[in-house]
Amino acid sequence: MEQAVLLAGRVREGDPRATARLISMVEREDPSRLEALKLLHAWGGRAHIIGITGPPGSGKSTLTDKLVAELRARNRRVAVAAIDPSSPFTGGAILGDRIRMNRHATDEGVFIRSLATRGHLGGLSRACSETVRVLDAAGYDDIIIETVGVGQSEVDVVRLADTVVLVSVPGLGDDIQAIKAGVMEIGDVFCVNKADKDGTERVVREIRAMLETAVMNGASTRFSELFSALSTLSGAAHESAPDEGDEEKAAKEHFQQGAAHHVAKQGRDHGELQLPPVLATIAETGQGIAELVDAIKAHEAGLAATGLLALRRRQNLSWELGKAAADSILSILEGEERRVELDEQAAAVLAKKRDFYEALAIIRASLASRS
Amino acid sequence: MEQKIRVLVAKPGLDGHDRGAKVIARALRDAGMEVIYTGLRQTPEQIVSAAIQEDVDVVAMSILSGAHNHLFPRVMELLKEKGVDDVLVIGGGVIPDEDIAGLKAAGIAEVFTPGTPTTATIEFIKNNLKRKA
Ligand SMILES: Nc1nc2c(ncn2[C@@H]2O[C@H](COP(=O)(O)OP(=O)(O)OP(=O)(O)O)[C@@H](O)[C@H]2O)c(=O)[nH]1
Ligand SMILES: [Mg+2]
Repeated sequence: MEQAVLLAGRVREGDPRATARLISMVEREDPSRLEALKLLHAWGGRAHIIGITGPPGSGKSTLTDKLVAELRARNRRVAVAAIDPSSPFTGGAILGDRIRMNRHATDEGVFIRSLATRGHLGGLSRACSETVRVLDAAGYDDIIIETVGVGQSEVDVVRLADTVVLVSVPGLGDDIQAIKAGVMEIGDVFCVNKADKDGTERVVREIRAMLETAVMNGASTRFSELFSALSTLSGAAHESAPDEGDEEKAAKEHFQQGAAHHVAKQGRDHGELQLPPVLATIAETGQGIAELVDAIKAHEAGLAATGLLALRRRQNLSWELGKAAADSILSILEGEERRVELDEQAAAVLAKKRDFYEALAIIRASLASRS
Repeated sequence: MEQKIRVLVAKPGLDGHDRGAKVIARALRDAGMEVIYTGLRQTPEQIVSAAIQEDVDVVAMSILSGAHNHLFPRVMELLKEKGVDDVLVIGGGVIPDEDIAGLKAAGIAEVFTPGTPTTATIEFIKNNLKRKA
């Protein structure tokens, strides 16, 4: 207990060793981490959590490196959680994302942590949300999560990030297919990296066309939710609320300008359609990075101004609580005592003493009486 | 509770190729360890900061340029300055026999010269961790 108080205190002060230690405890699910996490609970919720996701090799780490530099130039303290897959055979991993970012290692305003998935599917590491909570409590203003290269089902990052940047690259035929198959819904900001390569314009156009189709079909996407909240907001603003907080108003205007700017820059007449930004970047040279950060920050401002930030965080947390509850019930079921009980019920069902559903009801009743 | 050995594989100094470092990184991964690879041309300061943030159990450095007598002890010095005393530090690369005693005196636990089978390195790590894993 005393140790937890000490550790939590040092994390709060931004001590990188303590932060790193606590993340290791989180990763190995050390029960003694809970005391420290509880103590840190009051400090969380301030960071802007940014997810960077996209196919393997699309330049996520290189982009992250440049985003860190740009955010530092804007005086933000930045933490990175970079995730790479564990080998399913040996449990080992080579975590190579840091190669692209290690120049920031000695900057005291930057903390980079490589995480292995350790068997977790979905593009994040098992303990990613707790890790983000630690980094948040340690006072980093922005937390960037680089997911493993996504396929179609690896989209857990939407449960954790306020702003998801979906990275594509030219020259990946099935990249667009993957996006079509539903990954597109998860993006808040779209980035076509490696814009030094042929075919960039085409990928930008295709993504935009798909976004347009989604909007016209009324598909429910992360950005359509935001745009409709924003239009409600600007409708209300027309009726002019003089007591509206300056900060909120500024944030709102900032976002609307940002969105308008990006739409205008895309050089298309979208009529009434509002589309999220689709930006071309060259991560290797830093081209387009400032605009990408502008778009990310405009998105955050939009979320904050509409109240969606709080709403999404609540939805995510309730999802996480549900999952944790299910896990804990599962671990009860997997206990020896329950196994015996399950086995007895199975025997009873086979012997036709009762049917499957009666057996299930008995198990549920006994679980409920337990908790 | 799942315990994983975490290793930082680092290339200090100016030499421009890292085949050896990559071979050892892969061998350690295949032995079930989590390997953080930092890439070429790392300063001792960068290596130590990365080791702290990644909370590794082991720092494995490889060097071909001949600057080991300066760079390896410098890493040890910085670790000490930061109060890090529970990390196993090993070295490898082209290192003349007569330099090894000096490096060990500076705190490098073992030095692996070219031709050492990777299994020897893996065994050494498993048997000499400073923290229990
Ligand atoms: N031509 C070009 N290459 C780039 C650009 N950005 C990154 N790369 C290169 O693309 C390769 C992969 O970059 P990473 O940043 O490691 O990509 P990643 O998405 O993090 O890769 P994983 O984490 O393995 O999925 C590297 O060789 C980079 O140098 C770019 O804008 N243009
Ligand atoms: Mg990467």
